[in-house]
Amino acid sequence: MSQEPIFIDDYVVSISDLNKSFGTNHVLRGIDLEVQRGEVVCIIGPSGSGKSTLLRCVNMLEKPSSGQIVVLGRELTHIDCDIDEARSKIGMVFQQFNLFPHMTALQNVCVAQRKVLKRSAAEAEQTARALLQRVGLGEKADAYPGQLSGGQQQRVAIARALAMNPDVMLFDEATSALDPELVGEVLQVMRSLADEGMTMLVVTHEMSFASNVASRVVFMDGGVIVEQGPPSQVISSPREERTRTFLANVLNH
Amino acid sequence: MAISKRKRAMYTRYAVYALSIAALLAVALLVDWSKLSNAMFRWNLVKEQFPDILTKAAKNTVIFTILGFAGGLSFGLIFALMRLSTIRPYRWLAAIYIEIFRGIPLVVTLLILGFGIPIATGWQWPNAYMQGAVPLALVAAAYMAETIRAGIEAVPKGQMEAARSLGMSYPRAMATIIIPQALRIIIPPLTNEFVLLIKDTSLISVLGVTAATKDLARFGRDGVNSTANATPLMVAGLVYLAMTLPLTQLVAWMERRAKAAGK
Repeated sequence: MSQEPIFIDDYVVSISDLNKSFGTNHVLRGIDLEVQRGEVVCIIGPSGSGKSTLLRCVNMLEKPSSGQIVVLGRELTHIDCDIDEARSKIGMVFQQFNLFPHMTALQNVCVAQRKVLKRSAAEAEQTARALLQRVGLGEKADAYPGQLSGGQQQRVAIARALAMNPDVMLFDEATSALDPELVGEVLQVMRSLADEGMTMLVVTHEMSFASNVASRVVFMDGGVIVEQGPPSQVISSPREERTRTFLANVLNH
Repeated sequence: MAISKRKRAMYTRYAVYALSIAALLAVALLVDWSKLSNAMFRWNLVKEQFPDILTKAAKNTVIFTILGFAGGLSFGLIFALMRLSTIRPYRWLAAIYIEIFRGIPLVVTLLILGFGIPIATGWQWPNAYMQGAVPLALVAAAYMAETIRAGIEAVPKGQMEAARSLGMSYPRAMATIIIPQALRIIIPPLTNEFVLLIKDTSLISVLGVTAATKDLARFGRDGVNSTANATPLMVAGLVYLAMTLPLTQLVAWMERRAKAAGK
């Protein structure tokens, strides 16, 4: 049942001709996208442009209608692919945090290490404490999610994803549900991850983060990639009219 | 000039109080209390019920209830998971089971499984506890399956997505993340099911039980037959209340607490 890994150069993510429909709603229309190791790719675009759906296809939370997705040498769209194994290498951070409310911060970071990676309780806890420390929440290990602010919850969620030693991290509007004064602390953690060379796919509305941290910005609209390139190009001097319109709307707020 | 709304509300309230007190007084004065207590609550007969009503009858009721609840919860969980499965035949099977066992009165199910099956197959129930508790559990499973399914569906979708994105398989995510949260949500309705089960065990007596496996209701009925007085049933009723009232109060408390926490 094992599948021969397909390594396409140094690509961590390689998507070709990806289509996704919800009923008659054609959300993704032939997406091609490659992400190299160490790249930070920010996906921007108006709501309903399909950027979240694209991100959720990368770890198969949404099943593509057609097309091919290869992540870390595993062809996720192949019927023989072990999705659970692949997902354990793909970290995901959600807009709504989705921490497990019946577990403490420490348990949240430990549970998948124990159940999926089969680490010992001691090793899992050691890893978890180090990661909570790293996101600045060493003191909050025994707090339940309900006792934490949104920004703290999101940092725990990042630690939880990092505990699996992922090779790529997906951020799905990770700061959109936060009060404005809490956005910075989460972006700071994301930026430090980027600085350490983590491969990241980031769906975001934070244009300053995209400008300063992204190695590449992808602008999506209507289910297609309209334009992509370094932030200096896509954000500072966009070529496409749709990109200009979007940026004008976003930046003037 | 008509009276104001608030005044009208006030007078209505006084009127309701006055009527209630009048109704209570009428009952108190019109009922022949000595005749009633003689037929339904004779003290020497009350005392006669003890200790057997507790050590034998109530014990059997508790045994039937716990067996029915444990079986109902286990099978109910299985049917709830089948109802939520992506595999259609599982969903159909569970739906058919739930509709059948919720649609047939418990007495009929008890008689069919307790008597009908042994007659039809020659197979005998190993003991009277199983004969009564298994049909009870099968019916309870149908009700609990729906309760558990509602609980699982009440857990936000993002919980399953988060668990799956960490590499957990569907069963692993269910067992570790979803079901523990669902159980917390359904503790009040499950406790209500438990109370219903306590009362439903009284129907097991239709199977004709031995002296050793008599439940509370049967014990009271037999008492009525041997004493020609309703007192044993009244005592049985009070023992039921002693079991169910603390539980219903507990549910009320849990619901108040959940409501307060939700604010």
